[in-house]
Amino acid sequence: MVTSMETKDRQGFFGNWGGAYIPEVLHQTFQELNTEFRRCKNDPLFWQEYVDLMSTYSCRPTPLTHAENLSQYFGGAQIYVKREDLNHTGAHKANNVMGQGLLVKRMGKKRVIAETGAGQHGVATATMAAKFGLKCTIYMGEEDVRRQRPNVFWMEKLGATVIPVTDGSRTLKDAINEAFRDWVTNVDDTHYVLGTVCGPHPFPEMVAWFQSIIGLEAAEQIIRYHGRMPARIFACVGGGSNAMGIFKRFIPETTVELVGVEAGGLGIATGAHAARLSGTDGSPGVAQGYKTMFLQDSDGQMKETHSVAAGLDYVGISPILTDLWEQGRVRFESATDNEVMAALDLTMKKEGLIPALESSHAFVQAFKEAPQLSPADAIIINMSGRGDKDIFTIAHAFNDPSWQDFIIKRGLEYSQKK
Amino acid sequence: MQLEQQLRDRLKNKDILLMTHIVLGYPSFEINRQVIRQMVANGVDCIEMQIPFSEPMADGPVIVRANQQALKNGTTVAECLIFAAEMAASYDIPFLFMTYYNIIFKYGEKAFLAKAHEHGIKGCIVPDLPPEEAASFLQLAADYQIAPILIFAPTSIDERMRVLASYANGFIYCVARRGVTGTKSVIDQDVADYLKRCRQATALPLAVGFGIQDRADVAALIGLADMAVIGSQTIRLVDEQGPAAVGPFIAGLR
Ligand SMILES: Cc1ncc(COP(=O)(O)O)c(C=O)c1O
Repeated sequence: MVTSMETKDRQGFFGNWGGAYIPEVLHQTFQELNTEFRRCKNDPLFWQEYVDLMSTYSCRPTPLTHAENLSQYFGGAQIYVKREDLNHTGAHKANNVMGQGLLVKRMGKKRVIAETGAGQHGVATATMAAKFGLKCTIYMGEEDVRRQRPNVFWMEKLGATVIPVTDGSRTLKDAINEAFRDWVTNVDDTHYVLGTVCGPHPFPEMVAWFQSIIGLEAAEQIIRYHGRMPARIFACVGGGSNAMGIFKRFIPETTVELVGVEAGGLGIATGAHAARLSGTDGSPGVAQGYKTMFLQDSDGQMKETHSVAAGLDYVGISPILTDLWEQGRVRFESATDNEVMAALDLTMKKEGLIPALESSHAFVQAFKEAPQLSPADAIIINMSGRGDKDIFTIAHAFNDPSWQDFIIKRGLEYSQKK
Repeated sequence: MQLEQQLRDRLKNKDILLMTHIVLGYPSFEINRQVIRQMVANGVDCIEMQIPFSEPMADGPVIVRANQQALKNGTTVAECLIFAAEMAASYDIPFLFMTYYNIIFKYGEKAFLAKAHEHGIKGCIVPDLPPEEAASFLQLAADYQIAPILIFAPTSIDERMRVLASYANGFIYCVARRGVTGTKSVIDQDVADYLKRCRQATALPLAVGFGIQDRADVAALIGLADMAVIGSQTIRLVDEQGPAAVGPFIAGLR
């Protein structure tokens, strides 16, 4: 009996990482999902349908902007910014969600669920559900509901039900657990639109495939504007979907250095961060359906993480990125909350661009490295999302006094009416 | 074979066996001790002891909260192992571990199973470890005579059940319905049909769990399965009425 296991399928592994550690109830659904995903991936018409949808409903191809002022300011490499902020709903999350939406239509499921941290993925999923006529439930940690109220407002306005999750640390990982609990209960008519390149196979591969549209466009664009491949590419890494999206096309281009930037939070030494691969706090584990490097204690209990950016505040990381890190193909760095606020401020002042707090992590590292390179080199920063949508969070992080006055006055107005 | 034989021996003079569930360290090891004493005194046939995990994905609200509270109390894996040894040495019924794979992975599969064996544990339920990911775990479980308890679900097609059964030992844990632990299950014709399919797929004893709460549920399973699993219900009972309520509750189930 046991010997037949030797020939077993190591499906969904990237080197030592990944797999599908799922409860038995979901086995059949994953079989169906794998079959349908395989079919779509092998069908060029499906990819064309996806590209068409993204160019008519979202804003693809998104521009590659030459940040001339920042390039000059740092006096090193030419800095280019891939503008995922210009997607409909304001972040790269839309790519994955619309792709999975097409898949859901093919599978004939009538309901979608999703987890969300910052709320970007939740808003994108609620948008897709509205467009495709699907019922939609979003799980969001209570702590994130508090931090990201405006996104909750939009999800509800778009017709989704938002369920605050009160278990555990009440953040992204707990929302993922709760989404899985819904899925095992409603598996027959429901698809779980996982928001990043994590979770059980085939999600990492599938989400990376949909997001790879970013890098495919960026490669063409950089050749057009700069004449050759960039020296380095920078992307922030929560679960890793925007990073995998821009990196994938460039992995075979060995001269291009790929840099993932994790949340350094209050500083790696403080323990209040979400740095799984940079630094030495991460260790191998299996949770939420996959094997990767987690922030956990020696018993295997997951730790609390911290970041100013809710979208990076997560204990795990894509098994694909962990493999690329282990192979030395992707380098990992971290940026602290304070560095992030400074980079965001500079980017607004110099370029009139407002990156999301998540994306600003990539800007921090790019700004550190740009001066080391020559003006004949190019670097690309993936601007995974826009920050102006998160005005409450960013104004709070800047501790802006006139914004606080405004909120206090508005609050008084509302409470007088009540 | 050992666990299966123990259960078969007990089935000789009972219509159906009872398995109960404990979350170690919740509300405390001392209460665990009192609860287990009453369970055994009132005829429980098998006890699964859950080593708490921070991400109990397959569990419902009652057990999730118990896991979290146990961890907040500072419960460690090492303490759970010591406690398990004490229980297995004290009572003449089979004790099992139930936990999520990361706990075993972190401890080291070999070290964990060796310890479990040494402490007199008979089986291990790992709801997030399907056989596809379990090659080394299954091999080591066989080496250390720990029965790997595999899970059937209502969504498992016949062919899948046969595959699962080929790796299983001790008994099969049949999840009564889709969903997580805790919510009441109704033992209706659908469940009966499902359990017939389970029976055809394996010669191992069948345990049925998820939402089995009272005497009527247990009675409804007689003839369909070999063991009823009471999980969240005793935890709820201890929360509401304290450990002394467990004995009469268990005694009233059969
Ligand atoms: C704008 C933005 N960037 C990045 C992320 C992090 O996710 P990932 O690492 O999957 O790209 C998020 C997640 O919410 C996000 O909203």
